[in-house]
Amino acid sequence: MKKEGTIIKITGPVVLAENMRGSRIYELVMVGKEQLIGEIIELERDTATIQVYEETSGVTPGEPVTRTGMPLSVELGPGLLGQIYDGIQRPLTKIMDLVGDYIERGIQVPALDRERRWEFTPEVSVGDVVGQGDILGVVPETKTLIHRVLVPPGLSGKVREIAAKGTYTVEETIAKLDAEEGAVVGIQMLQRWPVREARPYGKKLEPNVPLITGQRVIDTFFPIAKGGTAAVPGPFGSGKTVVQQQLAKWVNAEIIVYVGCGERGNEMADVLREFPALEDPTTGEPLMNRTVLIANTSNMPVAAREASVYTGITIAEYYRDMGYDVALMADSTSRWAEAMREISGRLEEMPGEEGYPAYLASRLADFYERSGRIITTGREERMGSVSVIGAVSPPGGDFSEPVTQNTLRIVKVFWALDADLANKRHFPAINWLESYSLYTDAVSDWWHEQAGDDWGEMRGEMMTLLQKESELQEIVQLVGADVLPEHDKLVLLAAEILKESFLIQNAFHAVDTYCRPVKQYGIMKILLTFYGLASDAIAKGVPVEKIMAMPVRVKLARIAVIPDAEYEGRFEEIKKNMEDEFRSLVPA
Amino acid sequence: MISKNREYATVTKVSGPLIVVEGVSGVAYGEVTEITMPSGEKRRGQVLEARSNLAVVQVFGGTKDLDTDVTSIRFTGETLKISLSEEILGRILDGAANPIDGGNPVIPERVLDIHGYSINPYAREFPQDFIETGISTIDGMNTLVRGQKLPIFSGAGLPHNRLAAQITKQAKVLGKEEEFAVVFAAMGITHEEANFFIKDFRDTGALERSVIFLNLADDPVIERFITPRLALTTAEFLAFEKEMHVLVILTDMTNYCEALREIAAAREEVPGRRGYPGYMYTDLASIYERAGRIKDKKGSITQMPILTMPDDDITHPIPDLTGYITEGQVVLSRDLHRKGIYPPIDVLPCLSRLMQGGIGKGRTREDHPDVNDQLYSAYAEGRKLQSLVAVVGEEGLSDTDKKYLEFADRFESIFVNQGTGTRRSIEETLAIAWDLLSMLPESELKRIDTEFIRKYRPHLKEGSIE
Ligand SMILES: Nc1ncnc2c1ncn2[C@@H]1O[C@H](COP(=O)(O)OP(=O)(O)OP(=O)(O)O)[C@@H](O)[C@H]1O
Ligand SMILES: [Mg+2]
Repeated sequence: MKKEGTIIKITGPVVLAENMRGSRIYELVMVGKEQLIGEIIELERDTATIQVYEETSGVTPGEPVTRTGMPLSVELGPGLLGQIYDGIQRPLTKIMDLVGDYIERGIQVPALDRERRWEFTPEVSVGDVVGQGDILGVVPETKTLIHRVLVPPGLSGKVREIAAKGTYTVEETIAKLDAEEGAVVGIQMLQRWPVREARPYGKKLEPNVPLITGQRVIDTFFPIAKGGTAAVPGPFGSGKTVVQQQLAKWVNAEIIVYVGCGERGNEMADVLREFPALEDPTTGEPLMNRTVLIANTSNMPVAAREASVYTGITIAEYYRDMGYDVALMADSTSRWAEAMREISGRLEEMPGEEGYPAYLASRLADFYERSGRIITTGREERMGSVSVIGAVSPPGGDFSEPVTQNTLRIVKVFWALDADLANKRHFPAINWLESYSLYTDAVSDWWHEQAGDDWGEMRGEMMTLLQKESELQEIVQLVGADVLPEHDKLVLLAAEILKESFLIQNAFHAVDTYCRPVKQYGIMKILLTFYGLASDAIAKGVPVEKIMAMPVRVKLARIAVIPDAEYEGRFEEIKKNMEDEFRSLVPA
Repeated sequence: MISKNREYATVTKVSGPLIVVEGVSGVAYGEVTEITMPSGEKRRGQVLEARSNLAVVQVFGGTKDLDTDVTSIRFTGETLKISLSEEILGRILDGAANPIDGGNPVIPERVLDIHGYSINPYAREFPQDFIETGISTIDGMNTLVRGQKLPIFSGAGLPHNRLAAQITKQAKVLGKEEEFAVVFAAMGITHEEANFFIKDFRDTGALERSVIFLNLADDPVIERFITPRLALTTAEFLAFEKEMHVLVILTDMTNYCEALREIAAAREEVPGRRGYPGYMYTDLASIYERAGRIKDKKGSITQMPILTMPDDDITHPIPDLTGYITEGQVVLSRDLHRKGIYPPIDVLPCLSRLMQGGIGKGRTREDHPDVNDQLYSAYAEGRKLQSLVAVVGEEGLSDTDKKYLEFADRFESIFVNQGTGTRRSIEETLAIAWDLLSMLPESELKRIDTEFIRKYRPHLKEGSIE
């Protein structure tokens, strides 16, 4: 028998219903005649407060609310990759086929294709004893990604039946287990998981492997580790989305989950246009094949925006559990927080700072806590990771506001975007004095092995140079540059070169968009060699003005756009030019 | 079930733009109401909160002269709609879409809900067609493309109207002659400002291709809530059903936001920043996101909202939230205006996020992206030196520094200051840019590919780089 309540009040996305006794918090419900999807967010005696994931115009008191008995969940299984979903995992491609260009209400489409058959190869035999996280079989989800079908969390037993190699739909039973107490449990490739609950894992590992992004200022100065967390706050137009998209394109993770949370429709169209045409740097496959998009744009319902980040992270954890490195980008977590605020306001909860609910900090913490580098459950003890990179959009670009502040308390990497840099088209506009990464030490071993054992030292030198420059700039602002001693003038020049050759990186340039770690190291080395030779020259009485006018400067300024195939030779050449030019400057 | 035509005389409370009606039943959220005033005058409203026996209604015509005694209210069972047909082109309507040009009501071909539905992001076509506006600072450095939403951030007394009118007159997509239309929505602007636009549209012949919605300064404030939505529904009809390229001008969004704030205050909602409601971002997005292109549809909606920044403050919630939604912004500067520069566009805080796809080889010209980058960094350098010189004087400057200073001056007086009557082609804009850039030593043009320097730098076209 269906359990039904009755609507008594509607204000925007929040609906009140009575006769809801026995329902649970976070239970999924269908609201009104049109059966709009909603979730119970507050219960008081027999009255439930429901946030509705669709527009509520036309809904009338007296209409029914149907309970489902289930929490808001996502569908997991092969077929997620390459898809674009809304905040509650409805496939936008299918919705377009069904109702055209605009998203109408009350549409229910399953997230995973029920018809499609997948090539399943079993990896267990009848009689094997299996537990949660063990591999039952594998499915090639894309040309390069093996989808591992696992025993779902909380389940174990002896394999009673296992499907033979062959093709199956996600709903067909591929295994039966003799579970405890004589129960027989059927397992399908399609599994469900409640979005607000973290999926279990074996144990957490230290994040000490860098997640390589190909962005120089990030990898070299403010690195993120696999399984780490980073925040990118910045005013509008400072480059948050470009950073997120660059990472989605180039990081060395196997799976990308990109959550467009309350942002622009055209940005999603942009990803959909570009990603299928770009190559995954590791596999050579179209980037779209490793990507799951969650698009709940700013004009889509607010409550679904709130759910979208959970939908995204649950999918990320699912692939992590197979033993993959997953990177999740959420653009923008501020819109998620605002959705929380809006719902909270309609609930007439006691507002905290700037109207945000008091639980803002704990929700943010819970979300970021779902990141990590881990050993999975299951006897294989696979390693997997979820890295989370959240954009933050502070009102007026002021970082002292609650969402930025509460986020910074949790995340380990802070890429502070700066409007002044963006205004003069210094991109990525990551402010090198304000930003930080707490993974720098942890990943330095990797760099020392992969690039060179002076990596840490050189990085330190460059940082010092930039700090020195900013101190000197303050003096220059007061008295001008000409009073500075020659060596300080050289610091200004060297910092300038460092900015134009290393820190600035054009996301839209075919070569510059991605810079391999060894090339980053190579550029850093050349720049420091220049600085070293210049310091010597100055000590020998060469004026900075002569150094400024050196022809090699033009070559240094364009060093980053030298294609990968030729860079080693060309770097050598530039180095040689440089040494020759210095020799002719400095009298022997 | 929404039953039709339920009329009640049970208004129990009037508060700001809102009324509370008790003893109702079956009232739907968002439903349209018709309110009959004691004088017999009728006003429209919409349900903001629906309960089993009570409804909160916002009254678009305002609540002046309403009472709790005689006033009656009818719930229509409908959502807010507008009647449309192609005949609407050339018409002037009030802020609630009633004709005010003496003509008859539009005979509807379609009746559409003014809130519309959200465009499925998957159905969007990424906008890439370059619109030549003839304004150098826009075409060269903040390129507009078809289907973009690009607002003008202005200040009281700055010539944003002149600029918007100039763009409307001059804009064209190169190599294409297609059907265009202009939808103009005024919210709380003066008669004089509205007349300026109407006269300009008439003089340039755009009027017959325009639909004009006017909610003026002395019109009801709460009506401003629906005016832009009426305009955008019209634009969607023209673009996606009639295959036109529609330019939508919404002015002044600041007045729209004030109306939002008024409703929020009347509902005693917890205010967000500076008293504006916490959902203003979402509300504005429901307007601005109604721009764009749709796959397999010929038409497009390009939006140019105008807003005046209170106190010229770009961090004020109205420009701030707008900038977070739109695809860039064109910012007018009081300083440049004082210097007599027109259009007084300060390029540094300006941005067009869709520029990359619209420019470059095969679209404008191959060197355009690099030239743009270089102009930005050179002008920023010049401006930095200007403020330095203001403190420490010119003595300590190097020769190169002095060239940057001069560059910044000439950039403003030549590149930016093109005047109201001039329409520059993109070729002309790039030529001026190259002229200016050639003031700088070639080694300073670090953002430009050497090949382009060789090809386009005026006195270098033949020579080599060193
Ligand atoms: N690395 C980069 N290389 C070149 N251009 C860039 C880069 N990063 C940002 N930009 C430029 O800055 C513009 C704005 O960037 P972006 O859209 O990422 O800003 P945002 O911080 O996400 O803004 P919002 O908060 O409004 O979404 C881009 O359209 C692009 O022109
Ligand atoms: Mg963004």
